[in-house]
Amino acid sequence: MASLKELSKRTEGLVGGHRACAGCAASTAIRQILLAAGDKPTVTGICTGCMEVVTTIFPYTAWNVNLVHNAFENSAATVSGMEAAYRALKRKGKIDAEIQFIAFGGDGGTYDIGLQSLSGAIERRHKMLYVCYDNEAYMNTGYQRSSATPYCAHTTTSPAGTKIPGKPQKRKDLTEIIIAHEPAYAAQATPGYYMDLIRKVEKALAADGPSFINVLSPCVPGWGYPLDQTMNISKLAVETLFWPIYEWQDGKYKINIKPREPKPLVDFLKLQARFRHLLKPGNEHLLEELQAEVNRRWEVLLRKEQATNG
Amino acid sequence: MSMKFDRPMNWKELPAGCLIDEAATSLRFKTGDWRSMRPIWDAEKCIHCLFCWITCPDTAITVQDGKMTGIDYDYCKGCGICAVICPPKASAIDMVREEK
Repeated sequence: MASLKELSKRTEGLVGGHRACAGCAASTAIRQILLAAGDKPTVTGICTGCMEVVTTIFPYTAWNVNLVHNAFENSAATVSGMEAAYRALKRKGKIDAEIQFIAFGGDGGTYDIGLQSLSGAIERRHKMLYVCYDNEAYMNTGYQRSSATPYCAHTTTSPAGTKIPGKPQKRKDLTEIIIAHEPAYAAQATPGYYMDLIRKVEKALAADGPSFINVLSPCVPGWGYPLDQTMNISKLAVETLFWPIYEWQDGKYKINIKPREPKPLVDFLKLQARFRHLLKPGNEHLLEELQAEVNRRWEVLLRKEQATNG
Repeated sequence: MSMKFDRPMNWKELPAGCLIDEAATSLRFKTGDWRSMRPIWDAEKCIHCLFCWITCPDTAITVQDGKMTGIDYDYCKGCGICAVICPPKASAIDMVREEK
């Protein structure tokens, strides 16, 4: 794996001048991913979402690689189509270069709107990497809930009040849905642990088949935390077991970071305005419920790791 | 390059399909004036760990031959991630309020 020093000599894939909010984790994640992809010819696609809107305001583009934007639901379909065309041209001897394909999508475009096209692309075994930058709501249009929004989070369409405690439903586990497709590689990561993310991108691009990485990307205005805390929040999500970073390959789970003494979930929640109501008196049961859910999911993941490596 | 950046293009000048035929044109768009806090880098204290560079959302940390050389104020939005991630034993980046 490349060291930071070696990475710094590569060409940046995402340059400055884009209009993401100050402290945006998704733009950091995309930078890190494109650095990990290296200087090989890379074709990317992105679906509608924060990163599409802030990086490609005509006539400006922050991308230093080829980028296609199509629509909200079909980042995976578009990139898989390009990959199929590339393979056909290669077979006919019309193209020599080794090209790698990366599709990006936000959690709205992946968990909700683009799920069927992603499912199809993985089932057809296109050799491409799909990256979901998961900021846990429709941040671009004003913080509406998505199916990635965690239980009890305040959003504009699930406002915390006397009737509901924020989003009343639990989040769906997309990484597990993708693992059920048996791709060549699947993982969860977050830009706070950048070496882990970079290693996963290298592994995913080397895998012979479809690969998927779900990247938790803290969002300053949507989550409501001080803008310099992005990387700390990202690390806290892992240290409190809220966002376990693990990978799946050849039927085996591997948890990449197992905190020796996991921090209480409240350490992660208390920094964010979207969970502020949980700290008010009378909501202790919700905190306990959230902690129990995180513990249960961690326990299940540990057992899966044990069962597949035994 | 057929693109115009100094003024809005009229419909005859727009490239077919609004295809941007040049990479990284956003470098012409300076986001430095968004900043309310300015990171000040102390070259003496810097240990060149590059943590600030890898976590900068705006590619505003300049690096040459594996060593940090400064902060690009044309693009830095002043989020302060660099000052927070800078190892405490170095603490080479300070955030100061931007003057008018």
